[in-house]
Amino acid sequence: MSIPDPGSIAVDNAAPVTLRRLRRFVRNPLGVVAASILVIVALGALFAPLLAPHDPNLIVLSQTLLGPSWEHPFGTDASGRDVLSRLLYGGRVSLEAGVIMIVTAMAVGIPFGLLAGYYAKWIDGISSWVANLLMSLPEILIIVVVITTLGSGLAPTMITLGLLASPDLFRLTRSVVVNVRSELYVDAARVSGLKDGRIIFRHVLSVVVGPVLVRASFVFGLAIIVQSGLEFLGFGDATRPSWGGMLSEAFQTFYRAPELVFAPGAAIALTVMSLVVLGAAIADALGTDRMTAPRSRGARRARKAAAIVAAPAASAPAVSDPAVPANTPGGAPSNALLSVEGLRVAYPAGDGEEKVVLEGATLHVDRGEVLGVVGESGSGKSQLAFGILGLLPVEAVVSAERVVLDGESVLGRSERFLEGLRGTKIAYVPQEPMSNLDPSFTIGAQLMRPMRHNLGISRGEARNRALALLARVGIPDPPRTMRAYPHELSGGMAQRVLIAGAVSCDPELLIADEPTTALDVTVQAGVLSLLRELQQERDMGMILVTHDLGVVADICDRVAVLRSGRIVETKPVAELFAAPEHPYTRELLASTLDDAPTRAERARTGTAS
Amino acid sequence: MVRFVLRRLLAGVFLAWVVVTGMFFFLALTGADPARGAVGLYATDDQLAAKRAQLGLDRPLLEQYWDWLSHAVRGDLGTSSAQNTDVLELLVTRLPVTVSLAIGAVLVAAIIGATLGLIAAIRPGAIDRILQIVMVLGFGLPNFWIAMILALLFAVRLGWFPATGYIPFLDSPVGWLSSIVLPVIALSIGSIAAIAQQLRTSVITVSSQDYVRTLRSRGLPARQILLTNVLRNAAPPALTMLSLQFIAAMSGAAIVERVFGLSGIGSVAINASGNSDIPVIMGVLLFTVLLIVTVNLVIDIAYSALNPKVRAA
Repeated sequence: MSIPDPGSIAVDNAAPVTLRRLRRFVRNPLGVVAASILVIVALGALFAPLLAPHDPNLIVLSQTLLGPSWEHPFGTDASGRDVLSRLLYGGRVSLEAGVIMIVTAMAVGIPFGLLAGYYAKWIDGISSWVANLLMSLPEILIIVVVITTLGSGLAPTMITLGLLASPDLFRLTRSVVVNVRSELYVDAARVSGLKDGRIIFRHVLSVVVGPVLVRASFVFGLAIIVQSGLEFLGFGDATRPSWGGMLSEAFQTFYRAPELVFAPGAAIALTVMSLVVLGAAIADALGTDRMTAPRSRGARRARKAAAIVAAPAASAPAVSDPAVPANTPGGAPSNALLSVEGLRVAYPAGDGEEKVVLEGATLHVDRGEVLGVVGESGSGKSQLAFGILGLLPVEAVVSAERVVLDGESVLGRSERFLEGLRGTKIAYVPQEPMSNLDPSFTIGAQLMRPMRHNLGISRGEARNRALALLARVGIPDPPRTMRAYPHELSGGMAQRVLIAGAVSCDPELLIADEPTTALDVTVQAGVLSLLRELQQERDMGMILVTHDLGVVADICDRVAVLRSGRIVETKPVAELFAAPEHPYTRELLASTLDDAPTRAERARTGTAS
Repeated sequence: MVRFVLRRLLAGVFLAWVVVTGMFFFLALTGADPARGAVGLYATDDQLAAKRAQLGLDRPLLEQYWDWLSHAVRGDLGTSSAQNTDVLELLVTRLPVTVSLAIGAVLVAAIIGATLGLIAAIRPGAIDRILQIVMVLGFGLPNFWIAMILALLFAVRLGWFPATGYIPFLDSPVGWLSSIVLPVIALSIGSIAAIAQQLRTSVITVSSQDYVRTLRSRGLPARQILLTNVLRNAAPPALTMLSLQFIAAMSGAAIVERVFGLSGIGSVAINASGNSDIPVIMGVLLFTVLLIVTVNLVIDIAYSALNPKVRAA
């Protein structure tokens, strides 16, 4: 008797494309079956007087508990009444109950949802509180109270249930309004002449229809279930046949004739399930995806493939695309810390197509060397970083010709093997500090766990190391920070914590993915020089992914320029700035040099040392 | 933490007060007449008036309300207007039946639902698909219908469990368990599906968070991350679902009781409704709402233990 959380249904903001949605709906076989069942039930109830072979209330005591026959296709009940006729008429009660409940729930929930979402403040506070109150009431007991004075007619009970279900639609509408409002306020300044209210209500109404339809199908199902439960308890109109009432009567003779519970039970179950399936089908057709991850067989295969660093995917040929990467630096030196050849990353784009985000990437990093990877957003920089770490999303299709880390091939190795490398050989500093710390654990716990796991050290030892690390990365009060939760830190502090975490198990290669992009300009320089210091102190290799050529000039030894998934040029930094070969590199440099010629100048001399 | 619990406790008590007060006045103002319920339809006007005076219904409404509330606060829920029995005593004998069913169903649903949801989230495919079907089935089949089928199969045909009757825990723990197994299963199926679905959604959402990837980059095994970090961050919405399921189970228990001939709060409420027995109805309401408030409080505390931001707020 519960309905799934309204929050789990995403809001569809796209303009209505009714036809396409209708086509998508019709293509869903389950949805069509469900809709057909509902149409049959509705028609059966509507035309019950024409369709029913007998008077549903006609008691024939000589013909009780008959099995199916031509005369009585579903047999007769304990009073000799025709089961099929009663089923057909019973549908009327269920449908009426559903309509009353859903109309009440909508009439109350939607307007209050609009008001609460739009005016916020106290209206929101009060109505949200009332919604919570209604949601914590046991419905049957409230119905018992109502029945005590208003009788067990369909209207009072279903209106009450509609009120109790209204928080569901209230919350849904409210969240839609809040979303639309926060989006529209951005544009509101540009829209002149129209009042916010009118815009919002127009937009909201177009957006809210879909999700409300989905919820309505659930509430309708709930109405049928609860109403039949009330009938089962004896709260109902005994003169009107109903599915719940039939179950209640069947229960009286249950141990003599248990088969009587099947027909009304099936009627309820089929109708309610059809409503649920129909709701889900509408949701799918509207594109209100219910948080389903890719579930196809292809995606599963891809998950396996992606779990292996740069391993040939099961579905892909072992040797990747023969397209030779532009500007191959004549093979990596054999003593390179990491060398990657021909790394390719693609994503299934539906219809069996693939979207290639990285093609034939070849690079190497030496011990103590900083390799910059530059390129504009969308050029595949982060894909390269995660590809090397083996941490691409499950649906990625990854392949490579060669991946060697510290003299050992990691191509096609097990996930367990890779877990052994991560943290201790190869580590990662993320871009966005706040979203990369687990909000539910203290900084100390997050720092200590990998150390204890990877280094096998005791709790106390891990604690001491964590404190020393925090002090090293410039955290002013390490013991206090150990106890803090991520939301209590500033972005700059969080990034320092993440850097401490990355180097905590003495990795030999550090991959930093735009480590300063999300930070305040004032703390960027500090974080960057911390990275550089740690890299030099520990003689680590580092791959620094960035879009900022200034950063490259500051701390990189060599640079790989990435454009649309391909490495177009790899060179020592001074050479690149002095003599860019590829037209794209020149373009990139020109745009930056215009802004900061002095910085590049400084870099040329600074990194030559 | 203490302040958090106190504030939640106060909010819960306030909610319970609003509900019982609202219901008290609703009953009185819509014309529920316990005196008529007690003396029957064919009593004379004099008898009715005498009963009204005896029950104190001739006093002003506010005075009646204050009388009820001030006694209720001290644990005195008055006397049934129809049967002359003490309401508290009645509830204390009947409530354990319903509470056993509801709490049993929620515990079963939490354990099985969480396991299924977790498995469905990490092993897409057959299990996930089966879960989706169970979800629809669990919602579509009325729990009292499931109860009847279970009773028929496992009590009547196979004789594994008693078909009817409740055995108090203190009389025989094993008997108690076997007397509630079938109703608890019937009640929990819908909740299992709802909790599994919720946890599946939130595990999938949390698994794609940046910090999960970062934890993996530190060399922690995927399974350890799933069972500690992902599960802990995915649990709060599932906990909220759990408290909704408890409320639903209280309602469901009132219906399923009848199938197994258990006389819990459901049958008390139905009888009381027929007799307009306001003291009993109010007692049932108060107990149920307080129970729900308590369960919500426990879940809130668990929620805050999982979510440091809530605790700090």
